[in-house]
Amino acid sequence: MTHAKPLPHDAARLHVTGAARYIDDIPTPRGTLHLAFGLSAIASGRILAIDLSMVRAAEGVVAVLQAEDLPSACDCSPSAHDEPLLSDGTLHYIGQPIFLVVARSHLAARKAAQLADIAYDKTSPILTIADALAANSRFEDGPRIWERGDPFPAISDARHQLDGSIDIGGQEHFYLEGQAALVFPQENADMVVHSSTQHPTEIQHKVAHALHLPMHAVRVETRRMGGGFGGKESQGNALAIACAVAAQATGQPCKMRYDRDDDFMITGKRHDFRISYQVGFDDQGQIAGLSFRQYARCGWAQDLSLPVCDRAMLHADNAYYLPTIRIESHRLRTNTQSATAFRGFGGPQGMVGIEAVMDQIAAYLGLDPLDVRRKNYYNAPSKKGRRRTPYGQIVRDFALHEMTDRLMDTSHYMERRNAIYQWNAKNPVLKRGLALTPVKFGISFTLTHLNQAGALVHVYQDGSISLNHGGTEMGQGLFQKVAQIAASRFGVGIDLVRITATDTSKVPNTSATAASSGSDLNGMAVAAACDTIRSRIAAHLAGKYGGTPRGVIFADGRVIAADANLSFAEAAQSAYEARVSLSSTGFYKTPKLKWDRLRGAGRPFFYYAYGAACSEVVIDTLTGEYRILRADLLHDAGASLNPALDIGQVEGGFVQGAGWLTMEELVWDNKGRLQTHAPATYKIPATGDTPPVFNVDLWDAPNPEATIYRSKAVGEPPFMLGISVWSALQQAVAATGTGQVHLNAPATPERVLAAVERVRDGN
Amino acid sequence: MSKKQHYAITVNGKEEEFLAEPRELLIYTLRERLNITGPHIGCETSHCGACTVTIDGKSVKACTMFVAQANGKDITTIEGIGGPDNLHPLQNAFKEHHGLQCGYCTPGMIIRATKLLEEIPNPTEEEIRFGMSGNICRCTGYQNIVKSIQAAAAEMNAAKEAAE
Repeated sequence: MTHAKPLPHDAARLHVTGAARYIDDIPTPRGTLHLAFGLSAIASGRILAIDLSMVRAAEGVVAVLQAEDLPSACDCSPSAHDEPLLSDGTLHYIGQPIFLVVARSHLAARKAAQLADIAYDKTSPILTIADALAANSRFEDGPRIWERGDPFPAISDARHQLDGSIDIGGQEHFYLEGQAALVFPQENADMVVHSSTQHPTEIQHKVAHALHLPMHAVRVETRRMGGGFGGKESQGNALAIACAVAAQATGQPCKMRYDRDDDFMITGKRHDFRISYQVGFDDQGQIAGLSFRQYARCGWAQDLSLPVCDRAMLHADNAYYLPTIRIESHRLRTNTQSATAFRGFGGPQGMVGIEAVMDQIAAYLGLDPLDVRRKNYYNAPSKKGRRRTPYGQIVRDFALHEMTDRLMDTSHYMERRNAIYQWNAKNPVLKRGLALTPVKFGISFTLTHLNQAGALVHVYQDGSISLNHGGTEMGQGLFQKVAQIAASRFGVGIDLVRITATDTSKVPNTSATAASSGSDLNGMAVAAACDTIRSRIAAHLAGKYGGTPRGVIFADGRVIAADANLSFAEAAQSAYEARVSLSSTGFYKTPKLKWDRLRGAGRPFFYYAYGAACSEVVIDTLTGEYRILRADLLHDAGASLNPALDIGQVEGGFVQGAGWLTMEELVWDNKGRLQTHAPATYKIPATGDTPPVFNVDLWDAPNPEATIYRSKAVGEPPFMLGISVWSALQQAVAATGTGQVHLNAPATPERVLAAVERVRDGN
Repeated sequence: MSKKQHYAITVNGKEEEFLAEPRELLIYTLRERLNITGPHIGCETSHCGACTVTIDGKSVKACTMFVAQANGKDITTIEGIGGPDNLHPLQNAFKEHHGLQCGYCTPGMIIRATKLLEEIPNPTEEEIRFGMSGNICRCTGYQNIVKSIQAAAAEMNAAKEAAE
């Protein structure tokens, strides 16, 4: 079967020759105009006076638009209608778009955008968690609270108690292709939009809404993105709307591509969190009661912050059974970029919270952190009890006991732990640390109605197959996986299948390609469409050659019906001549979901994906610098749809997750200006930052739930394998003295050094 | 605005003559003037490497070179080393060994790797990682990029030996 093969990415041949087209590579007609935003220089306040005469007079400028020049507020928000395209006079963060320049070239637009003369009335910005709490500046009326039992008596009755808190930084997506959109105005006021987006339907909806058009007047096409990671779920809306507005105003095609600095300054990032905890536990470290407070800096607009913070709460347990638990989640409004979706969608922050607790318990009791983790694991499926999550869903296929056993074995965890203990005793300056951490990640959109997908499949009379679905390709290999599914359904080679650009006029009302759900949802929808066509061909051939439709075999490029043995092309031709429709839609909705987010109760997830990682680091206690020496990863992709693509997701996710918790640091100054707004100051992992020993395996067991070919989603879960690096750094710091380890994330060398000094001083 | 000047550069074996402002960035010359869109714009500050090309035998980031500095020079972009039907061994290795995901960094990676393998035909993993450290990838975690370069080096060395 084609679907489980490790075939290359569908566009690999185009990528390696530079022939794969991104938005900025699409040939544009003469007269295409280029856009840039003029940005706010203050974090909070309003515009007193604005003089754009220099901007208008600049070379190449065609038009300059302010809020009052727009056909509507041109709301860009995916949720709360609180993001006007251009400032309405009030200002909420440094980088907020105030005006829009339309010019004859990209550089002319950017240069002109610098020439505005704006007088501001500044107010005191709300920047930090403390600022926001003091001002009660938040989304929703108060904290969201989920409880199971009352943890506080359980904590105070327990043998031991600990409390503490950890700060967890945000993260810039740094998709290599920045945000971009290109709009071609059509007859009848229609718009064709090319957008680098994970969510073409949202772009269609927002552009239509901004221009007072029905959705059928806007067609959005997305062939590929140069990386998304959640950063193109909602953050592309502003560019597409701006291009459509300018195209409507000028009648010319319009293109907008953020310069990298603008991309950093304007768009949202991963939410930074502070998580505080109180925990009670026994002598073995088993938790009796736990209370978390999660504080998220959401930025100036709501965007996707509510579901992000919900998912942080939903992953406060990670892999651990918590008999009594209270989670309080504060969604704080601050005068910074509006934090948005980023791979894991709050899950990683929630997980770091509980992993910090595990490490603290182990240090307090003098136990190996892995023993404490295993003591708290959910029960294996064979055992009763300890299987219910804080929100009531039963963990039915908890694979982490076996996965941990295997990873301990393949990574030689015990031998290395002991060797490191001895090595650290002999080495006063360099210290090593080793950690093995688990991941359990829930799969499905927590907004239940998003768990649906559509597909459109055509079989042509020459046997070639054209395929379209609602998912978008951002490098993850979704198109390749779905093409392999279609090839398997028809029993043909992959070369007969052509995947076409995601297009809102082919498959409507799609969900974002997000929540790791791309292949689960779209793979099923495509399979359904293929099966409809295959059944029609089978019925036709059974009628023509005898036998039953069910008895018709599609395999190895052949179609066998009774005594007839046809090529797939001959079968298609025969069906065509018999006037059989060879085109079908397909539809899928995820079963079994039932979720009440206000109560925090129900079954938000169809299933869980699991993983485990063992990382070793070495730190220099004189400078705080460190290296990752080795990583061993074991990840559950179910029955993999394409093991090569899945391993790529695991490796890339781990490195990105490790980057988040180690070197990727976002710094805002006390005026609210993001100081790390380009690669010169914001460092993502490079070739030399990955571990020299890097072993990656898939846990290749079929999904017990009936997903497409029993596979599991693999986009987000491996990101959280990176937590093992941060935990290993804590172990290395702990080896320097007797004090309590406190290592906020990202664990930059400065923070590691400070943590070492505290531990040495016994504080 | 400074006056336009006459420039002549050779790109992928083809001589190109045009008038341009001296401070036009080479990446814009390639992409917008000559429609060579394989080199991509990632950061425009020479950090990411998506725009890497070869100029007179050296790897150069085309986003931070003026067209005036490229005058009279010989430039090779990803389009110049092989097409979809005649892949360079490095192009084939990146395809077969999954050395790409979103693909945006790929042309710069491969064109940089061509120079690396000229300088060090049989590099160690460490030499590959050091030699490629000016090109960043956000998707792959680099493992398959390193493997692709190793596979291409082996294939190119074997072909060289067979020819000798």
